[in-house]
Amino acid sequence: MNNEKKVFSLSGLLHHQLFIPVTALVLLAVFNLIMDPSFFSIQMGLNSEGNHILQGYLITILDYGSELAILAIGMTLVTAASGGQDISVGATVAIAGSVILRLLCGASAREPELQMPIILAFLIAVAVSMVFGAFNGTLVAVFRIQPMVATLIMYTAGRSIAAWINHNQLPIVTDKSYSLFGTIIPGIPIPTPFFIAALCVTAIMLVLRFSTLGLYVQSVGINEKAAKLNGINPVAVKILTFVILGMCVAVVGLIKTSRLCTINYSVIAKDIEMDAILAVALGGNALSGGKFNMWASVLGAYAIQFLTTTLYKYQVSSDALPAYKAVVVILLVIFSAPSVREKMAAISQRREARKNAGKEAA
Amino acid sequence: MRDNTVLEMTGIDKIFPGVKALQNVDFSLNKGEIHALMGENGAGKSTLIKVLTGVYEKDGGHIYLAGQEKEVQIKSPQDAQNLGISTVYQEITLCPNLTVAENMFIGRTEGVIQKWGWMNKRTNEILKSLDIPASATQQLDTCSLAIQQMIAIARAVDMDCRVLILDEPTSSLDEHEVEKLFKLMRDLKAKGVGIIFVTHFLDQVYEVCDRITVLRDGRLVGAYDIAELPRVKLVAKMLGKEMDDMADLKGDAVSFTAQENSVPVYEAQGLCSNAGIKPFDFHISKGEVNGFTGLLGSGRSESVRAIFGADHVTGGKVKMKGKEVKIHEPIDAMKNGIAYLSEDRKGDGIIADLSVRENIILASQVLKGPLKPYSKSEQIRIAKEYIDLLSIKTASTETPIGSLSGGNQQKVILARWLLTHPEYLILDEPTRGIDIGTKVDIQKLVLKLAGEGMSVTFISSEIDEMLRTCSRLVVMRDGKKVGEIQGEDLNQESIMKTIAGGEEE
Amino acid sequence: MKKKVLVALLAGAMVMSMTACGAKKDDAPAASAAAEETAEAGEEKEEAAEAPEASGELIKVGIINNDPSESGYRTANVADFEKTFTEENGYEVVEKFYSLKNDEQIAAAQNMIQEGIDYLLLSAAETTGWDTVLKDAQDNGIDVILFDRTIDASEDLYVASVVSDMAKEGETAVGWLADQGLDEYKVIHIQGVMGSSAQIGRSGALTSKADAEANWTIVEEQTAEWNAEKAQQIVEAVIARGDEFNVIYAENDDMAKGAVAALDAHNISHGVDGDVVVMGFDCNKWALQELLDGNWNYDGQCNPFQAGTIDGIIKDLMAGNVPAEKTVIMEEKGFDASSITEDDVNTYGI
Repeated sequence: MNNEKKVFSLSGLLHHQLFIPVTALVLLAVFNLIMDPSFFSIQMGLNSEGNHILQGYLITILDYGSELAILAIGMTLVTAASGGQDISVGATVAIAGSVILRLLCGASAREPELQMPIILAFLIAVAVSMVFGAFNGTLVAVFRIQPMVATLIMYTAGRSIAAWINHNQLPIVTDKSYSLFGTIIPGIPIPTPFFIAALCVTAIMLVLRFSTLGLYVQSVGINEKAAKLNGINPVAVKILTFVILGMCVAVVGLIKTSRLCTINYSVIAKDIEMDAILAVALGGNALSGGKFNMWASVLGAYAIQFLTTTLYKYQVSSDALPAYKAVVVILLVIFSAPSVREKMAAISQRREARKNAGKEAA
Repeated sequence: MRDNTVLEMTGIDKIFPGVKALQNVDFSLNKGEIHALMGENGAGKSTLIKVLTGVYEKDGGHIYLAGQEKEVQIKSPQDAQNLGISTVYQEITLCPNLTVAENMFIGRTEGVIQKWGWMNKRTNEILKSLDIPASATQQLDTCSLAIQQMIAIARAVDMDCRVLILDEPTSSLDEHEVEKLFKLMRDLKAKGVGIIFVTHFLDQVYEVCDRITVLRDGRLVGAYDIAELPRVKLVAKMLGKEMDDMADLKGDAVSFTAQENSVPVYEAQGLCSNAGIKPFDFHISKGEVNGFTGLLGSGRSESVRAIFGADHVTGGKVKMKGKEVKIHEPIDAMKNGIAYLSEDRKGDGIIADLSVRENIILASQVLKGPLKPYSKSEQIRIAKEYIDLLSIKTASTETPIGSLSGGNQQKVILARWLLTHPEYLILDEPTRGIDIGTKVDIQKLVLKLAGEGMSVTFISSEIDEMLRTCSRLVVMRDGKKVGEIQGEDLNQESIMKTIAGGEEE
Repeated sequence: MKKKVLVALLAGAMVMSMTACGAKKDDAPAASAAAEETAEAGEEKEEAAEAPEASGELIKVGIINNDPSESGYRTANVADFEKTFTEENGYEVVEKFYSLKNDEQIAAAQNMIQEGIDYLLLSAAETTGWDTVLKDAQDNGIDVILFDRTIDASEDLYVASVVSDMAKEGETAVGWLADQGLDEYKVIHIQGVMGSSAQIGRSGALTSKADAEANWTIVEEQTAEWNAEKAQQIVEAVIARGDEFNVIYAENDDMAKGAVAALDAHNISHGVDGDVVVMGFDCNKWALQELLDGNWNYDGQCNPFQAGTIDGIIKDLMAGNVPAEKTVIMEEKGFDASSITEDDVNTYGI
């Protein structure tokens, strides 16, 4: 008899999904507003190259949150289709970054000239990442291994592969144009990663709008057998989501290596998978798969970065960051637990009933 | 409360936001009685049971139990259990990988020390006393569904239950199993247990019940002794109208003659799959309605799954309108104009969390291709059209299908397949577990579609229903096609004979 | 057959351990009994063990190190060992194993002991858990030489330990900084993974100096876990907060690079003649290049080239000379932007 309840909350269904990340953002904003309103100040400054650049905490959030947002896109699809998460994205970011640098810096890792156009190197890295994505996807879809277990392979091996690609050298790109992707484009004072993320989000929104990807992914995630009987190929859909995540990973690999024009295989994008998964969860998407809301995940990503930056501002040791994030995870898990949801639904039901009764009496 | 009453509910109200699910409902249950609770989907049966078992709290009314002086408050399933009210659901809620004895005693042992020997001995005693053919140390999932159901009942009985609620216990059992279950119910009745029996099968009600309480739209219609209420009247009370519709469907056996020289729409030779069916031949012509029948597990569902490519097809030749085609996957079948409404609505029919709209357009969308999505406005238009066409009861096109009643879910799936404009529609148990009104609607629809030239294969476990709609029946036994019945032979008796077949010879 | 070989090995090993470690009071009795029983075999082995080079036999070594992808330091370290321990230099590397996981390293060590080696060269991932396996090595007459990292075990279990003195590295760096004669020292201290020996050593000197001097303040002390990006975020946060600072003390080059990226983004000058003094550690070639270009001020060396020293120790041991000191500290330099040369970059850069 819960159809009545659903009907009532229907008008706010999309609203409801965005409710969690928006609330998180608002809470963090209010906290900062009370503690120190200067958190929100943005100044126009100059960088050492003499280019204008906007500065402030909000810009930092925009900058680093964008990487997460890009990963959250792919992670959302993987989660929705397979009901599990890819924990290898940090390691595969290292691989993608390593491929780009290997191609740009050549075998000696120190070639002063770019060895090929950046765009070509990037596209090859995209292809490589998609192959690794397809590998993960095949393990999950064809061999039916739990996504977390399947991606554990790349999680373990990824950074070694990344190091191997460059023969353990530390390549450094000396060409200044490479740093545009991770910093700013001269003349535009907003960090480039934000524009790249905006591009990725637009792309996925167009794909969701002009293809049936969303419908297929959700169908497979909710009821694989039914999807199959409706002519959908669940194996292909699942692999596709991992391949899309691979593309996202390559983009983040580009941004990450561009920030410093070099790579450190063991620490680049370390633990980023946890933040990406957290972004999906904070977006109110069920980690067990099924329905998803892409906007919510993207907002979730920026909310996570908001939290990280806030903690940095208050000089919380970065050692302790995971502990704070753990608190968020605990809250999320509790609020999404069926028993709590039922209780909350019951409370709102009772309130509705009382309101209705009141109306009738009137 | 009268002496022989075990349970009395008076003036029960239950209000959900916007809906009065129960209004002033009375219900009483006697000792040693099997009492049917009848009503269409949405009548309030399950709400009443949930109030009684503490899943919902009532908003008004009183509940009295024999032996309790004051009215009882049932605030949780645990309360209900402590008061001796037990429920056995359609879906088995035991643990399949534990032994029978463990399942009997799970959650009931005191302290941490398990007395295994005693547990097994006691279980065997109970099983024997109730004549349930299972052993205490057997793993539960090695028992048939019926036995599992009986074990669930045995567990409830052993917990001193005085009120036993059986919610659709027979819907996944075959006839033999149902018989066994009825025997068990009668035994319990003799022991003085009051049983509330919820089912859609009218035959079963008349076979085993003593009294009937009918609900409609959340209100009590009345409680009757079984002898006072012939079937037609019962149906009329449930639907709240006289049953002309049923009469429409009755009459002589359906006959069908294919047009001369016409090529069958679908034709298979030696079709078989990995789901355990032997190679069989089958064909269907334009405008024909035929069916597969047989006991549960005889391969009737597996046959149509092979036709649709839902199982792995291992052999056979398939022709559509005389042209040979390959059907390995559902998508192949769909492209050839075949649609398949599956038997397991929850398991592989609905996409529960998606909206009615998305569920309706799904198959058609897949056929259109991934790069040609229906626009949102188109989707809504189509969904509305079919909601009207099949009179699907849903709050809006955006309601998740999972929150609809079973019958309406089934109509949504039916809409999904009709939208693909199939030439050949396969309906596997489309009427199972749904209310009578919808059943009749679906049967009428099948005949109407066939009249418009669609070929339909119709499977139902209710032979009556098949006789009303099909002009030819393929009979399956143990994964083999054992006969085809049509024309004058098409009657209950000959079907039963063919189904029983070998055992008699 | 197998048994015989094992016994021979045991006997030989025992003799070797006596020559190598000086007279041990009491060796495993089982081993000595075995040695007596197969005296013949033991003698053969003894010859081999005493003068493998002379007889043209190679010295068998097993190398256990951390994964080369860990850092630039490790890459150079691993490469240095691979360059030094070659057949031309009289070595046979029976097995080498690189991992960041202690238990995997221990398993590899056990494997090497069984395969039969003369020397075990070990850079342990963690300081604990090595007692048993090193005792095994000792019982089998294998000499253990630690490099780069020390362990929590009895000194008796290894013959030498070739390490960097991280505390000294810190002191050298802090000493250099004090010599710069700034009016006030406002330091952003970016730490490595907390608890690592490099972090403890490099942090210690700065912390005690800042405590002692009135004009030294630590503006920010944060771990960036050797990660450039985290360092960048930390410095960004300090800048955004508006705190003044004039020194960045980063405990490795990567983090210094990250910090500088943050400075660049805010047009804060750094390096020679800049507003902020930038200090790093490890002497990556690219980092020294930054020094040469005047972008950074100081880089402390953490010498990864231990292989030569170890080679010397082994050759000494073969000649019967036990090292005077168990712990050998690598010579380490600190480079100043004003004095570094192109040659330094090429020689000391890793």
